[in-house]
Amino acid sequence: MNPARRRRIWMILLVLLGASVATALALTALNQNIQHFFSPSDIAQGKAPVERTFRLGGLVEEGSIERVGEGLTVRFVVTDRFRLQPAEYTGILPDLFREGQSVVAVGRLRDGVFVADEVLAKHDENYMPAEVADAIARAKTRQASESAAAGGATHPPAPKNGEAPSY
Amino acid sequence: MNALTLWFHRMGSPPTFYAFAERWRPWFLWSGLLLAVFALTWGLFFTPADYLQGESYRILYIHVPSAWMGQFVFAVMAVSGFVALVWRIKLAEIVSLASAPIGATFTAVALATGSLWGRPTWGTYWVWDARLTSTLILLFLYFGVIGLSRAIEDRRKAARAAALLAIVGLVNIPIIQYSVYWWNTLHQPSSVKLLRGDTTIDPSMLWPLLLMAVATKLYYAYSLLSRAQVMVLEQESGKDWVRRLAGAPAND
Repeated sequence: MNPARRRRIWMILLVLLGASVATALALTALNQNIQHFFSPSDIAQGKAPVERTFRLGGLVEEGSIERVGEGLTVRFVVTDRFRLQPAEYTGILPDLFREGQSVVAVGRLRDGVFVADEVLAKHDENYMPAEVADAIARAKTRQASESAAAGGATHPPAPKNGEAPSY
Repeated sequence: MNALTLWFHRMGSPPTFYAFAERWRPWFLWSGLLLAVFALTWGLFFTPADYLQGESYRILYIHVPSAWMGQFVFAVMAVSGFVALVWRIKLAEIVSLASAPIGATFTAVALATGSLWGRPTWGTYWVWDARLTSTLILLFLYFGVIGLSRAIEDRRKAARAAALLAIVGLVNIPIIQYSVYWWNTLHQPSSVKLLRGDTTIDPSMLWPLLLMAVATKLYYAYSLLSRAQVMVLEQESGKDWVRRLAGAPAND
């Protein structure tokens, strides 16, 4: 190859490498700021900025939603399947807010309870028709009752291959 | 020289490229439009509603292909920019510059439709999470490429400066792709994993999406060829083949 072209290729690759390294360093340094929310485990490990307003994210624990009195106040528990974080919100919740679904709430900790000013529902990457969702739910119930009948342990299903749960 | 290399060399010649574009442009346009109409009709009327989101999920048939195209076009822009910088081929400069407004439009469509979907689903039009922010940066990079190419008087210098910005901006593409895995984001992870050939969209909802991905690429081919034709004519104005094309007598 002609030396002028070879030199240009090297120059461009160097520019690209420099830009990549700079971006990688900047993103690593800003890692905490890029996280959109903190999980209940992050709070337990002291990674969340609990002294100011932050976002809490995780699944709404099954059976934890509880309305307080006649008002719009709702208490629920956010979990990442390792830790639990009680939360409280007064206001209108998004349609997708329900047990077993992911949420991201903005607010701060008061005496161990996360008091939210805003609750957003997070959607997962699964798309399916209602019939398929029902069939999956039925299969799960059947499996659970079969394993219970067989005298099997009734541990909740552990996250797959030790991966962090996806939500 | 093998057939492919030969084809590329021929395409480097403006009159040959112009004739090629003139011949294939309508095919790309009509096949893309027909496929898009077919896929959207299928997606909007003949797929089942989602178990959780109901009907609003159908916006993904526009949102997801547009987002893919925003990134795909940027990659094309950077690669042709690279060819333009190293080999100084005029046509590569033109392909790189002609791609920018198309990619910017696709990115803007992805941002707008995502925002419309976010309001009923998440409860907000916009959040500053890593996926949404990096996609907004993609749009600004497109604006940067367009702006830079117009800010410099000399057409070829302008194209090379813009090409360098496109190449540097390429760093943003993997960030967009992996943002949903590297950081906690409100945006969900990818439903269709191209590298693993895996998907979490039910097959009854998947096909219109894949067809739309093909249709948007055909439209891009049409749009790119049309824009490039105009730029070739501008660049070559005064040459004999352009004069003949315009019906004027050739210079002696």
